[in-house]
Amino acid sequence: MITFKDVSHDWGEFSLKDVSFNVKEGEYFVILGPTGAGKTLILETVAGFYTPHCGEIMLRGKECSHLLPEHRKVGFVYQDYALFPHMTVEENIRFGLEIRGINQQEADKRVEFLINMLKISGLRNRYPRNLSGGEKQRAAIARALVIEPDILLLDEPLSALDTRTRETLREELKRIHKAQGTTTVHVTHDQTEALLLADRIAVIIDGVVVQIGSPEEVFNAPSSVMVADFLGVENVINGEIVDNVNGVACVVFDGNKLYASSNLDSGEVYAFLRPENIILSKTLIETSARNVIQGRVEKVTQLGNIYQIHMNTGISAVVTHQSVEELELVTGAEVYASFKATAVHLIKH
Amino acid sequence: MSITRRRYPLSLAFSVIGSILLLFTVFTLLNMVARQVIYDFGGLVDAATDSFVLESIGLTLYASFLSTVFAVIFGTPLAYVLARHDFRGKSLIEAVIDVPIIIPHSVAGIALYVLLMSRSPVGSVFASIGIVFEDHLGGIVAAMAFVSASLYVNAARDGFQSVDPRLERVARTLGANQWEAFSRVTLPLAVKSLLSGAILSWARGISEFGAVVMIAFYPMIAPVLIYYRFTTMGLSGSQPIAVMLIIICLSVFLVLRLYSERWRRN
Repeated sequence: MITFKDVSHDWGEFSLKDVSFNVKEGEYFVILGPTGAGKTLILETVAGFYTPHCGEIMLRGKECSHLLPEHRKVGFVYQDYALFPHMTVEENIRFGLEIRGINQQEADKRVEFLINMLKISGLRNRYPRNLSGGEKQRAAIARALVIEPDILLLDEPLSALDTRTRETLREELKRIHKAQGTTTVHVTHDQTEALLLADRIAVIIDGVVVQIGSPEEVFNAPSSVMVADFLGVENVINGEIVDNVNGVACVVFDGNKLYASSNLDSGEVYAFLRPENIILSKTLIETSARNVIQGRVEKVTQLGNIYQIHMNTGISAVVTHQSVEELELVTGAEVYASFKATAVHLIKH
Repeated sequence: MSITRRRYPLSLAFSVIGSILLLFTVFTLLNMVARQVIYDFGGLVDAATDSFVLESIGLTLYASFLSTVFAVIFGTPLAYVLARHDFRGKSLIEAVIDVPIIIPHSVAGIALYVLLMSRSPVGSVFASIGIVFEDHLGGIVAAMAFVSASLYVNAARDGFQSVDPRLERVARTLGANQWEAFSRVTLPLAVKSLLSGAILSWARGISEFGAVVMIAFYPMIAPVLIYYRFTTMGLSGSQPIAVMLIIICLSVFLVLRLYSERWRRN
């Protein structure tokens, strides 16, 4: 649906360098990177506000580097929503239909549908200045979707919201994408957001795409030290809760079990576990940790002064050089990984 | 426990010092109006019924209105380009716009006269299509526009700058071409600034004397008439017209100001 082939563009203070990626039809594609990595500029280039100095942009299989924004059928939601302040919510939503000369009956139908889907019927006559962040966000999404775009571009859509609203809207984005199936490119610096929403993630740092892959691939197997550094080397385990006793959930993954303190009692979850919270030992030791998982060392990676130990159970830990020597952590060595139930953070997906 | 507002001695001192400037303006004008009303109310009545005076004031308002229309037509696109684009030589253009504010207006008047007088190359071209500047309405409008257009352009540029360019971009993705994005999003959002710029430019035009008198002594606009009466008849002949002009101008601006304030709030 969207293909960037070696796209480079220089804005003076910032540049994109040989950016290539391919977004499939119906995909939820997340561009993840730190602030100032050039993510918004990529979206604006997809929307047609910049013609790249070199490289090719294809939309729907056609080269369109020079196609004007108004002919691209792209819906855009900016970070602070950019609602037209002189129009009510409904006028904002209708804008695209009026400009495109959609007939009244069809326009009414689409507007009603989206107002209902985004649950904003109470806001239709309000002006943007009287809306909360979450409400503005819903209105902006409705305005972008009303033109039935081929592509929906979301620029940090959740970052300006409080934690609670963010969680609700994150679910909402997921639901909308499921219902509409619109190819979506979502830009964020928030890893949880990327993990929970993305079909695939592109990690971009300093204008360069450094890794593209499924969320599990990107989080569990960062392609470089730079990516690992940005992501904070976190274990992300995909599992299912089988029971919950006194606030401790039992999660089954790859034939293993782990315990996590959580109120969730069922469903598929991601378990987050920071490698530095894992204690490795050669023998079974007595400890207060609820979780002890036996496995073998699969790979040892040096990350600066510390070493990342990948186990065959899909868990990795970080240790010092001294520990590597004392525990004889070489490929194939048997180890026990211990960690507390409180060190595991569960998020439903 | 009651909460008392904290006092800020520095702010208080600054307010007292600052109010001297306000008093200077207000007292100067009030003093003249009061003197006229108290000592020579008859003179004011005479001026108010003198058709020559009334015509002159009417001409002033009308000519300045035309010069403002000129500024709006040509200044709006210029202001938009300056607000939205960065290019080489932009600061030079901005400096050029401000030149009329800096140079003495008698100088501006001479420059305009030399350019537009009927025996000059440019003036003769206009004369051949029936537009004459010397001692004509055209000259008055040209002089007023020269000195006041920059006020409109600067206000309009600030207005356009205050509209987030991303609003236009969103409009474009929704299907609007550049003109539609400008006319339906940016223009309505900047219109208050354009309006206050236009009012400012109109006011500046009405108050112009130096540039106008060089190119068009006749027909007499009010400031020229006031000066003429002052030199030929002294205070008693000029002050009533000055008071009238002030009262009319202030009333008009007050009404426009209130109207645009209310509009701004809605």
